[in-house]
Amino acid sequence: MAHAATMNEVERYENQLTPGWGKLMMWVFLCSDAMSFAGLLAAYGAVRLGSSNWPVPSERLDVPLTALNTFILICSSVTMVKALSAIRHGSRRGLLGWLAGTMIGGASFLGIQAYEWTHLIHEGMTIQGNPWVVSTLFGATFLILTGFHGCHVLSGVIYLFCIFVRGARGAYTAEDNSSVEIAGLYWHFVDLIWILVFTFVYLIS
Amino acid sequence: MSSKTEDHAEPNYWMVWLALAILTAVELLVAKSPGPKAFVVFSLCALALAKAALVALYFMHLKFEKYALILIVLSPLLLSAIMYVGLVPDAITHLHWLPH
Repeated sequence: MAHAATMNEVERYENQLTPGWGKLMMWVFLCSDAMSFAGLLAAYGAVRLGSSNWPVPSERLDVPLTALNTFILICSSVTMVKALSAIRHGSRRGLLGWLAGTMIGGASFLGIQAYEWTHLIHEGMTIQGNPWVVSTLFGATFLILTGFHGCHVLSGVIYLFCIFVRGARGAYTAEDNSSVEIAGLYWHFVDLIWILVFTFVYLIS
Repeated sequence: MSSKTEDHAEPNYWMVWLALAILTAVELLVAKSPGPKAFVVFSLCALALAKAALVALYFMHLKFEKYALILIVLSPLLLSAIMYVGLVPDAITHLHWLPH
């Protein structure tokens, strides 16, 4: 009864312009996070453009492996949206199955990223320099950009795990699943950012 | 909070996935192509933005959201564009370091 009263109070503030407070606030957060990544990418572009000895990415980075990683993240976006679709059709089992697939995709992405980092760090690349005759900022920009994104992926996997646990306890139904949708927005944002990072860091030479 | 009933047909998510996979493959081919550098860079940027748009419009359901939300989401694009344009004078001043 108290919950219903609170819900009516919240809904009274919603109007034709807002999609719902939870979704709206997640979008506002994603917009601010997008500006963070935009700043990092802008700095990366400015540094790279002004460098006289920036390496060709394919000579130092494993582009095919990262392309596979990109594909894995895209697949995890599909599983996330299928999870939302499943719960909207009332299928708790579908929600949990597709969410598990999404978390596996995210964890795989992190694992491959960790492998790539380990390989590069063993070669001698750090934030402060590298063993090759290339710009010293190459390591810093790469590690900070991909590391910042990786932190987002890790947070996303933990976030989805919490949604998974709540879903397993029956917290979501066909009528009440906005939390799943909001989590999905975050996950798709992580995928969207990686699409841009992959292109600017790995592909453009 | 209860979610509102979906009033649009669900997109074919597998077709979007296929489009994203194809665009990724095209990106890899373009990156390796021997064409003019300006063409390669422009093409890669366009492909990346196309993929980002697909994710935003269909996976994030932006295509089916209210117009006000779309305006809110587009604001970082405008601000980012201003930031990139603002950095161009600084980046350009270093170009003379490049060997001719």
